[in-house]
Amino acid sequence: MSCLQTIADYGLRSLGYGERLLPRTDFTLCQQVTLIGSGMIWNVYFGLIALSAGFLFATALAVGKASANPLARKPAEWFIFVFRGSPLFIQFFFGYFVFLSLKQAVPAMEPLAGAALGALVVLFLNTAAYSGEIFYGALRSVPKGDLEAAEAYGMTGWRKFRRITWPTMLRLAWPAYTNEAILLFQSTTLVFFSGFPARQQMGDALYYAQYFADKTFNPFVPYPILALWFIGLTLCIIGTMGAINRRLNRHLPQAPSRPRFLPQMIR
Amino acid sequence: MFSYCSAPETLDGLVWLSCYLTTGKHIAFYGAFGTVLVLLAITAPTALAFGFGGAVAARSRIAPLRWLGNGYIAIVRGVPDIAFFLFFVIALDQGFEYLRHQVLCPEWTDPVRQGTDFIVCPDAKLPLSSAPQWIHEGYGFALAILTFAIVFGAFAANVLYGAMRAVPRAQIETAEAYGMTPRQTFRRVVVPQMWIYALPGLGNLWMVLIKATPLLFLLGVEDIVFWARELGAAKTPRFSDYPHGDWRMWYFLALLIFYLAFTRISEIVIARLTTRLSHGQATAAGEALRKAAA
Repeated sequence: MSCLQTIADYGLRSLGYGERLLPRTDFTLCQQVTLIGSGMIWNVYFGLIALSAGFLFATALAVGKASANPLARKPAEWFIFVFRGSPLFIQFFFGYFVFLSLKQAVPAMEPLAGAALGALVVLFLNTAAYSGEIFYGALRSVPKGDLEAAEAYGMTGWRKFRRITWPTMLRLAWPAYTNEAILLFQSTTLVFFSGFPARQQMGDALYYAQYFADKTFNPFVPYPILALWFIGLTLCIIGTMGAINRRLNRHLPQAPSRPRFLPQMIR
Repeated sequence: MFSYCSAPETLDGLVWLSCYLTTGKHIAFYGAFGTVLVLLAITAPTALAFGFGGAVAARSRIAPLRWLGNGYIAIVRGVPDIAFFLFFVIALDQGFEYLRHQVLCPEWTDPVRQGTDFIVCPDAKLPLSSAPQWIHEGYGFALAILTFAIVFGAFAANVLYGAMRAVPRAQIETAEAYGMTPRQTFRRVVVPQMWIYALPGLGNLWMVLIKATPLLFLLGVEDIVFWARELGAAKTPRFSDYPHGDWRMWYFLALLIFYLAFTRISEIVIARLTTRLSHGQATAAGEALRKAAA
C-alpha cells in the first residue's frame, strides 16, 4: 500500500472518515505519521477554540479581579484560584463526571458528556483562569502616565478602557500569553486520558501515539513522531503570536522584544 | 472498622457514612494520598539533583558536556510532558532490561526486538517473574519517580542555570581577586548565593510538580485518581455491602479540594521562605528587610 493511499485512508481518521479499522499489524512509518497527524486535528480544535473563547473571558476576569468592588473582585479571585490551584487532569475528571450526572438529569445536556464539547468547556475555563491572571498582572503594570494622559484628553470609562488600558494591557501581557497558548495546546493531549471517551477510536495525537506504542511495544518511533508534530505546531503558534506582538508594538520606536518560550508545562 | 458496622444495610445517615468511609478500600484510598506525598518527597530532591547536574553541564567549558546539558534542557521542555511520561516509562524499562540482558546473557543470540515483541532472556526480566507482588509495585513506582525526576530535572536545570548567571558579576570577580580557583569560586560563592535567585522559579516548579502528581495514574501506579474512580463507580448490592450510585463526581471534588489546599499551603510556605532567604542579600527585598529592622 503506497503512502498516498495511507494518507487517503487515515488522514481524517480522527474525525471518523476513511478506513474504519486502525492498522493492526505491519505498521509502516507512513501509517504512524499519518494517524498521529490526523489526531493533531483534535489538538488544534481544542486549543484554537478554547484559546479564542478564553481570551474574552480572561479579559473580563482580569478586569473583575482588578476591580475595587468586592462583588466583582471576589468571584474573579476565587475562579482564578480554583482553576490555577488544581491540576487540569483532576479538572477534566471532575468535569466529565459532573457532565455525566447532568446528562442523567437533563437529557438535552448529552453533548457535554462527549470530548468534543465537554473537554472544550473545561479547557476554556482553565485557560481563562490562567490568562486572566496574566492579564491581571499586566493590567496592574499599565503605566500611570498613560492613564493620566487619557484622562487629560477627556477620555473616561469605556472609551478609556478600549483605547488606552486594554491595548496597553495586551501589549504587556503578550509574551506571557504566548507561553500560555503553547502550554494550552500541549495540555490538550490530556483530554482522552481523563475519562472522556474516544468514540470509535477517534482520538487525538497522543491517543494514536499510545496506540502504536502499545501495539508495537516500541516507544522509540511513535513518540518522536508526536514530538515532531508538536514542535511544528509550537513553531506555528510562536509565528502567529509573534506577528500579533509586532502589530501590538508597531507604534513603539525600538524593535519589539521577541517573546521567549518559557514553558511551565503541566498544570 | 467499627463494631457496629457488621450489618451496614441496617444503618443509615451519618452512622452508615462513618462505616462506609472506613472500609478497607477507603483506607487504601487514604494511603494513596501518602503515595503522592512520598512521590513528591523523593522526586523533588532527585529532580533538583538532575537539574543541578544539567545546569553545571550546560555552563561547562567542555563543549560536548555543554551540548549534552543544553540538549537535555531544550528537548524535554519543547514537547508535551505527558508524552514524555508515557515514553520514558516504557523506554526506561526496556533500557534497563536490555542492559541486564547484555550483561547476564551474553550467549543469547536471538535479536531482542522481533517484530512487535521485545524479548530478553528470563534472567534479565525486571522485575523477575518470580518476584513477589510488592517488588512489582515498587519497581513501577521507582520508574515513575525516575521519569518525573528526568522531566522536572530539565525544568529545574533551566531555573538553576539562570540563577547561576544571576549571581552578581562583582561577587565572582571579588572571589577571583582573592585568588580562588574557578572550582572554589563556584563552590564558595556561586552556589551559596544562587538560591535566592532560583527560589521564585523553583517555587513555581514545585507548584507545577504538585499539579503533575495525578499523572501517576497514567504510569500505572495505584494512586488517588485510580482509587477515586474505583470507589466512586456505582456499586450494586450484589457485589458490595455499601451499594451506591455513581459518586465519582464527589470523589473527584474531594481530590480537587485536596490539591487546592495543598497548593495554597505551599504558596504561603514559599512566601515565608523567600522572606527568610532575602536576609542579608544584595537585592531589593533584602534591602527592604534591612531598612525595616533598622
